[in-house]
Amino acid sequence: MSVKATIDGQEVTVPEGTSILDACTQLGTDIPTFCYGPTITPANACRVCMVEVEGSRVLVPSCSRALEEGMVVKTGTERAEHSRRLVLELLGSASELDRSSDEVHGWIEEYGADSSRFGPDAETVAQPAKVQDDLYVRDYERCILCYKCVDACGVDHQNTFAITVAGRGFDAHISTEFDVTLPDSACVYCGNCIAVCPTGALEGKIAWDMKEAGTWDADAQEVTRTVCSYCGVGCNLDIHTQDGRIVDVTSPLDHEVTLGNLCIKGRFGWSFVHAGASEPEGAAGGTGS
Amino acid sequence: MDLRALLEQPTEVERDAVDSLLGPAEPFNGRVMFGGHSARQQRHLLLPALHAVQDATGTVTRGALGYISERLTVPPAEAYGVATFYALFDVDSAGGSKAHVCDDIVCAQAGAEDLCSRLEADGVEYERSPCLGQCDRAPAVMYHRPGTGYGVSAPVAADTAGVFGFDDLSPGVVHQEASELRLLRRVGVVDPTSIDAYIESGGFQTLAKAKELGPEAVIEELKMSGLRGRGGAAFPIGIKWEGVRDAPGDEKYVIANGDESEPGTFKDRLVMEGDPFAVVEAMAIYGYVTGATQGYIYVRGEYPTAEKRLLAAVRQAAAAGFLDNFDLEVRRGAGAYICGEETALFASIEGHRGEPRQKPPFPTTHGVFQKPTGINNIETLVATLEVVANGGEAFARIGTDQSTGPKLFCVSGAVSNPGVFEVEFGTTLGELLDLAGGISGGSGFGAVLMGGAAGVFADESALDVPLTFEHTREAGTTMGSGAIVFFDDQTDFTAVLRRIAQFFRDESCGQCVPCRIGTVRQEEALARIGSGAALGSIEEEKVRLDDLALVMTDASICGLGQTAASAIQSAMRLGLA
Amino acid sequence: MFGAGGGTSSYQEIEETDLIIMWGSNAREAHPIFFHHVLKGIHNGARMFAVDPRRTSSAAWADVWLGIDVGSDIALANAVGREIIRQGLTNEEFIREATEGFDEYAEFVDDYTLARGEEITGVPADVIQQLSHEYGSAETAQLCWTLGITEHHNATDNVLSLINLALLTGHVGRYGSGLVPVRGQNNVQGGGDMGALPNKLPGFQDVEDDALRAKFESVWGAEIPAKAGKHISLMQESMDEGVLKCLYVLGENPLQSEADSQVMEKRLKGLEFIVAQDIFLTATAELADVVLPAAGWGETEGTFTSSERRVQRVRKAVDPPGEAWGDIEILSALARAMGHDWITPTAEEAWDEMRSLSPLHGGMSYQRLDDMGGIQWPCPDEDSEGDLFLHGRLWERPVTTMKAPFFPTPYAAPVDTLTDEYPMRLTTGRRLDSYNTGVQSGRYASPRRIHGVLDLSPEDGDSLGVQEGQKVKVTSRRGSVEAPVRFDRSLRPGLAFMAVHFPDDLDVNVLTIDAWDPKAGTAEFKATAVRVEALA
Repeated sequence: MSVKATIDGQEVTVPEGTSILDACTQLGTDIPTFCYGPTITPANACRVCMVEVEGSRVLVPSCSRALEEGMVVKTGTERAEHSRRLVLELLGSASELDRSSDEVHGWIEEYGADSSRFGPDAETVAQPAKVQDDLYVRDYERCILCYKCVDACGVDHQNTFAITVAGRGFDAHISTEFDVTLPDSACVYCGNCIAVCPTGALEGKIAWDMKEAGTWDADAQEVTRTVCSYCGVGCNLDIHTQDGRIVDVTSPLDHEVTLGNLCIKGRFGWSFVHAGASEPEGAAGGTGS
Repeated sequence: MDLRALLEQPTEVERDAVDSLLGPAEPFNGRVMFGGHSARQQRHLLLPALHAVQDATGTVTRGALGYISERLTVPPAEAYGVATFYALFDVDSAGGSKAHVCDDIVCAQAGAEDLCSRLEADGVEYERSPCLGQCDRAPAVMYHRPGTGYGVSAPVAADTAGVFGFDDLSPGVVHQEASELRLLRRVGVVDPTSIDAYIESGGFQTLAKAKELGPEAVIEELKMSGLRGRGGAAFPIGIKWEGVRDAPGDEKYVIANGDESEPGTFKDRLVMEGDPFAVVEAMAIYGYVTGATQGYIYVRGEYPTAEKRLLAAVRQAAAAGFLDNFDLEVRRGAGAYICGEETALFASIEGHRGEPRQKPPFPTTHGVFQKPTGINNIETLVATLEVVANGGEAFARIGTDQSTGPKLFCVSGAVSNPGVFEVEFGTTLGELLDLAGGISGGSGFGAVLMGGAAGVFADESALDVPLTFEHTREAGTTMGSGAIVFFDDQTDFTAVLRRIAQFFRDESCGQCVPCRIGTVRQEEALARIGSGAALGSIEEEKVRLDDLALVMTDASICGLGQTAASAIQSAMRLGLA
Repeated sequence: MFGAGGGTSSYQEIEETDLIIMWGSNAREAHPIFFHHVLKGIHNGARMFAVDPRRTSSAAWADVWLGIDVGSDIALANAVGREIIRQGLTNEEFIREATEGFDEYAEFVDDYTLARGEEITGVPADVIQQLSHEYGSAETAQLCWTLGITEHHNATDNVLSLINLALLTGHVGRYGSGLVPVRGQNNVQGGGDMGALPNKLPGFQDVEDDALRAKFESVWGAEIPAKAGKHISLMQESMDEGVLKCLYVLGENPLQSEADSQVMEKRLKGLEFIVAQDIFLTATAELADVVLPAAGWGETEGTFTSSERRVQRVRKAVDPPGEAWGDIEILSALARAMGHDWITPTAEEAWDEMRSLSPLHGGMSYQRLDDMGGIQWPCPDEDSEGDLFLHGRLWERPVTTMKAPFFPTPYAAPVDTLTDEYPMRLTTGRRLDSYNTGVQSGRYASPRRIHGVLDLSPEDGDSLGVQEGQKVKVTSRRGSVEAPVRFDRSLRPGLAFMAVHFPDDLDVNVLTIDAWDPKAGTAEFKATAVRVEALA
């Protein structure tokens, strides 16, 4: 079954169940997203992807609303753009977006979002980074509460449920039970939360250290697709190297075996490759034991 | 599930509290264990289990939460996320007795600040609370004593010794004569604890009549009656019930939404406390008509008397055979305004944080547990009894063409006789004010807030507007939940607005950005204006507030965010601040 | 199974199946991403049974966990088979058209009553019956196993006893129904694919088949010995007999990975010459006469084959350190040094030659592997997309190829029997963050690492009078070790567990028995009889 609808005056026909966002993407219309991820059930929380749908009293989240037969969608209206600008301003006023993607910085510029307009005393989520082991850093001043890490740790992928959203309202935050340290929590260090974090709030320790030290240079990195060296499941890995050294390992989101997910061995167990050599510049301690 | 257990063990009291709800734990036998889907399906018992330990000890400790997690196969982090969502769970605190002092807009007018100062001075453990739904007897305190339970003191006596001792089980005063009333006719007249008294007053005859008529005919009567939902959205009830009945699937639910939390609203409390069997009877009909075999009455956590009465009523009705093939359960909220929003309420029943869901899909097909669900608030349900008992046509003759039937209004604030008033649709606000004895204390009219914190402020011109869906819409006001709060001309509206802004900030679930951060920025701006420290000019602040209002209204997931700026914007339009 | 050695199904099938049986597999820890697919299946409504002596983190997800005695799998499988027949839940059409030997099987398992099943396995009869009923009546079912089935002295029979169940019910060869041995190592499937088996040439082609051998000989320009070689257990026997004198070890650490390590050490030390080719100086390499430093993962090109028969490219991301060479370079140079005229082929050239000889891999050019994100064999030519599942042929009517045979499998208790002197059953396995003997996984700082410990039930801890962390002495008929105790509430009294990852701290293979399966050569790592004593 397919549905026919109109987006920005263009008629589109898509399979039933296609989200407005996906339909827009097919048309080449760029809509900003934070909490949307191709491998994650939309949390529908950031509200930056809002569009106007004729007949709807309020704006509609394009990531989690399916295109319906006869729907008339407008993506670039004043109301939609106002909402996107305000959401970007609100997020920027509360959280550090400096390590978000270039795309995000592009949107901030495109929509003219000025997060300083809420004044210097606007409440933020600023706090010290949680460095509790040699593998992860949770740098929650960068957290925008998009729920992706919770969903990746939870029912969408890992089903470990080590982290959750605790508290309510502006105090809502990502936490383990009773905020116990990660080593004391249920965390199994798969790093599947890192894989989906859009703002750099969750990072591998080496990457975070290098970013703090200013030695991380994404442009100088090479990415090599390979298969994990451990068990026989056949997870695809992308090895990120900088100056001839592995600095990070990820998994492709679009590979059907992993959907971007790995286990602790796949994501962090590669340090034997550089056993005996020193850490990359800026990476303090790292994963050597 | 492969849960990682917490290191801390429960105390005996905590274990007993949980076991009394779930039964004793089965020891590990080393050979066989049944779990999986059936174990995970117990998640919906999470709030009852958290209540059990909170009731027993005044806190939810690590050991208790760990034990609950293990018993219900809920990951500890998830259970923690749920426990910290609800204001009435004191996670990892010292426990003990505690007072919850309402300092919301009505109790604030009645001296809540003085009460807090007194408690402070007396060293009483207390925290501030949003509206407790006792606005007809402000100021109010809800207290909790571990092992004994919750109680409400309202109005609070001048000496704080009374705070914990008051056991008020009266549902509040009905100022009107029973003979003039339909919805409230039993309140204060018929013993709410006795099924015999209820039956003697004609109770359960409507259920019998519904079964005689059959589901389709009941739906026809409802359609004919023109009855619309009293929770604020005013959806036609016949169509809603029919939608649930026609929804595909065998597993269906009906829910009575008794999570009345809109500041200034207390009518559903009055009904639940004063006529609990009517709620039970209406639910039995709801289940019968829609084909639901499971029903829930979700009662606000701050309504301990209502919960007790309903529990007893359900028990007696079941024992008397009025609930055949219908399992009706009373669930207690735990301090979250958002759970009055129907999808958040579903999440809460399921044992999750009360986070609303995007609609569509709608509850009629994807409600609680993702099954077809009918949900109505208490007043609506009691009104359906009127429809079934007297026929849709008779009901439709009451009120106006588009707003049929009797309607309950909660009148409070600066009036001489605050209370719940049952009137016909079309009564003007001014007539309602007269019923409540006019503005109290010889002061002049300041403003009226219609529909609670999520409503709108109106000036004196609103007094002439008939209270109907159509007239209020035309006048740019709202009836919302039926809350009508009057303010006199001495009111510091800046403070009132800030309290409203604070209410939304505190009650935002935190899920979506416009509401989570927008409500904070709104409150910050009002605080700056109130303290004369505007960022730039007042005009600039107003532009900011307008921008915030628009994004919250346009882009929030649910009604909370969508209305979080409503009252404030209306007050600014009236020049109140 | 029934020919080429590989799992019959794809991971995506387990997401859509109705019933999942994890039998002797703790995939949650040993194969975490495979378990993601299992979890998707569970969330899609599949029911799950777990058969495992321990209530592992995998078993914790099961609707029903069956805590059998170690090594009693065949008795359980046979009792399930009998019960499926008795309840009339067999797929008669499938049995008639696609299998052979049913009557003998039915007669054979008739002795395995529910009561006998309960007696041998320790699992209540009604639960065995429930498993039988659900497997027999499921529309689709995936039966998965790993080393809990194969690390036994009767590994082959264990596997056959499970295959019998799939044949009874037709749970094989259809989308959603299959037999899934999840492979323990990145390329153990690929090693088999490539003929790193004593009796097979690449593509599971029999070395004793003259025609097949001739095909290889013509391309390789060399004569291939016409007899099957020895698997690792037979090699050990040959070492004991003094026949095998020289060992060339590539990327293995047999000194620490084989059962009864004290005997293994004697064997290795008794050899005349050992070559060890590895990325690290392993304990085995330390005994070697010549050590050839090899390039490792991330430093060379090639392919791995996964548990769903998916061949995928592995690539070089960094240069090998120092003087380490890739395996192809080493082997080619070695051949030249022995006087052969070998070039050093690229990985792709070597691969292309192999796929010209192996019909399973014929269509798997590097280009296609890249474009398609891997291909699941069989893929005979470049028009083939590979197969999601094997043995669809059994559902053709009539079946024109070999029918699938039932194999009656007698139950045989573990070799290392429990006695008053050795009253406790020790089993071994992996933990989430570690891998085999820790050569690779020991080199990253896992916050989850549990070093060498003996896992005991708290009840056994109590009766020994030991606290967690306290050291105990563990003794088997072969040797003894000292280990700190860790309490594990998923163990029943009488059952103990040790991980295999820390041979330098705690060599569990001092305790294990080298009884091995005559067909597969696998040793009985999973069942050791021990005595545990508190240390003063």
